[in-house]
Amino acid sequence: MSTALRFDPIRLPPECETLRQQVRAFLADEIAAGTFDPRKPQREDSDAPDFSRRVGARGWIGMTWPKKYGGHERSFLERYVVTEEMRVANAPTRRFFVADRQSGPVLLKYAPEHIKLDILPRICRGEVCFAIGMSEPNSGSDLFAAKTKATRVEGGWRINGSKIWTTSAHIADYMIALFRTSQPTSENRRHGLTQFLVDMKSPGITVNPIVQITGLHEFNEVVFEDALVPDDHVLGEIDGAWKQATSELAYERSGPERFLETFYVLTELVRALGPQPDTRGAEGIGRLVAQLHAMRRMSVSVSGMLQAGKEPVVEAAIVKDIGTVWEQELPHRARELAAFLDEAEVSNHTSLDELLAFATQVAPKLTIQGGTTEVLRGIIARGLGLR
Amino acid sequence: MEEHDNLVVATATRIFTDLSDAQTIAHAKDTSWKAPLWQTLAESGLPLSWVPDTLGGAGASLADGFAVLNAAGRFAVSVPLAETMLAGWLLGRAGIASPGDAMTIAPATPTGRIVLNDDGTLSGHVRKIPFASETETIALIATRQSGDGVVALVETASCRLTPHLTLAGDPCDTVELEQIQPLEMAPAPRGTDVTSLLLMGAVARSLQIAGALETMLDISVRYANERIAFEKKIAKFQAIQHNLAKLAGEAAAALAAASSAADAFAGGQALDEALFLEAAAAKIRCAEAAQKGAAIAHQVHGAIGFTREHPLHRFTMRALAWRDDFGNESYWAAELGRRVAARGADELWPLVASR
Repeated sequence: MSTALRFDPIRLPPECETLRQQVRAFLADEIAAGTFDPRKPQREDSDAPDFSRRVGARGWIGMTWPKKYGGHERSFLERYVVTEEMRVANAPTRRFFVADRQSGPVLLKYAPEHIKLDILPRICRGEVCFAIGMSEPNSGSDLFAAKTKATRVEGGWRINGSKIWTTSAHIADYMIALFRTSQPTSENRRHGLTQFLVDMKSPGITVNPIVQITGLHEFNEVVFEDALVPDDHVLGEIDGAWKQATSELAYERSGPERFLETFYVLTELVRALGPQPDTRGAEGIGRLVAQLHAMRRMSVSVSGMLQAGKEPVVEAAIVKDIGTVWEQELPHRARELAAFLDEAEVSNHTSLDELLAFATQVAPKLTIQGGTTEVLRGIIARGLGLR
Repeated sequence: MEEHDNLVVATATRIFTDLSDAQTIAHAKDTSWKAPLWQTLAESGLPLSWVPDTLGGAGASLADGFAVLNAAGRFAVSVPLAETMLAGWLLGRAGIASPGDAMTIAPATPTGRIVLNDDGTLSGHVRKIPFASETETIALIATRQSGDGVVALVETASCRLTPHLTLAGDPCDTVELEQIQPLEMAPAPRGTDVTSLLLMGAVARSLQIAGALETMLDISVRYANERIAFEKKIAKFQAIQHNLAKLAGEAAAALAAASSAADAFAGGQALDEALFLEAAAAKIRCAEAAQKGAAIAHQVHGAIGFTREHPLHRFTMRALAWRDDFGNESYWAAELGRRVAARGADELWPLVASR
């Protein structure tokens, strides 16, 4: 069948269960020590560097990477368990998660050896934070319209231009960015972009905060004015970033963070509706749990395929499409299902109201960040042979 | 699931390709295609896949049988294959041998009840029994006043049937038993009750729906690559591409949920909260996918897909009709929701993560 999709029923192996209990115990200790409140996701995570180091010390960052770079050579499925437990607990992972998920794998694949030996172990120890410099003021989903320029100079490259919506740039030690090194050709409009590793402490880089609807500051504008990047910070082929950009996306798209972002709403809804909900409430909860279970099984399946060395690009895009639409709708569905709780009950559950408001504010970004729904559906359509 | 993973599925797929071609059936003037299809299936032993060889069956694994049902969904097979398999499975649990002919099972809805009378006869009024009128026997679960369950086999001809059709045109008859003497009867083993029968049926239907969705996707993609409108293939329109991407997502979700439930049941563990979640979630998610997926498949096909002669309806209407068998998605959602609520909010994630 030309359109055949595979979602084999992969089960997490027994070692994952042991690990899960370890992660839960660790998080319980952190919560007890006041590091974070699992029922208050509405906060900035920029202030948890010590937590990152403690996670690193447990060996839970760079879990799948080679030991020679500080990694632990564990499976994608083990990493999966750590990721989902952290997410469900609303743990402050922002500082290390981008490096763990995306930047580290890019460095592993494309950075020169001495850079890998320098930076990857520090990522694993939870010491460094990464940002990703893709979008620009006039280049969002259309990555290949990027204009920020890297000009060859003695010993390296001079960068001019700006990146925008750059999450964590204000706390990041490094950025992996896409800069224009040549003009596109008439045969290939994707030609001419190169991936670079940028030290955020380099002179000529200014980070300007951008406050989101939620009132939180997570993303930024990053301006480059004659910032210098040394030659050995080029990642991969000059002018050929387009060949590198797609394979790592399967990692980025299919993880549990793509449907658990607003999970706390479901937990609090179940709490608010109580142990004996009416039929409407019960049916509503049941449907949401069924949908969640189905997505998680798809997501674990993709993780299993990654572990087997496959590149399930279309399957991963499907997980992110369905997952982000679901987590975006979740606060609205929960609001409807909580609508007939009487005032006395609601007053016992003020946290539901607060969490619903926050999740509703967060919701619009979920189907935009890391590849919009429209981009994902384009990828799926290509996989189906439609374009 | 891949068709050629094993011999059982390969055999089923070959038979379906030869004798259950949707295009041929959509053009057929009568139901004369049914007899050769059933005959060949019966000769292959597939309907008795789940009957142990000691009881006259093929003794295939649950996993292989589930894979056959997924393939049957891909071909929108409309003879009582799933029903006979489920009946054989139920009878086998109670140590009752299966006759070779077509069977179905009862009850097939959550409210259906059959009573075992003190004189050893069976009485009850059960609705929506799939394919009852095309079967020789019915395997059922009945309960005594005391609550003890029995598994029994009754002759279909001894019951009063009121014929009904699903929206796909398949029989789903009302069956009345008035002090019927069963052909065979044995105590239901521990863990075999109406709920476990419905859950098993729900997993079967989930796999069939997932299969039908796979074919809906396949023929919709093919059609979009053939049909020209506004001087280009309609596959080139972004609106069509995105609709088909959504259909792929629904097909994928259905396949993942159904395969997961099948895998869980094939493990043979006792029915617990986790297994309940797997089966209920599969039926809920597959039913939702059937609705969304069928709508898109029809939208892409335009008017031709609305005709009797086009094979699309064999997949869309069957997937929609299968939603109603062995508990619809609203029923299972309410049941699942009640269980989740009773466990409490903090036990929700551990339940989901246990799968």
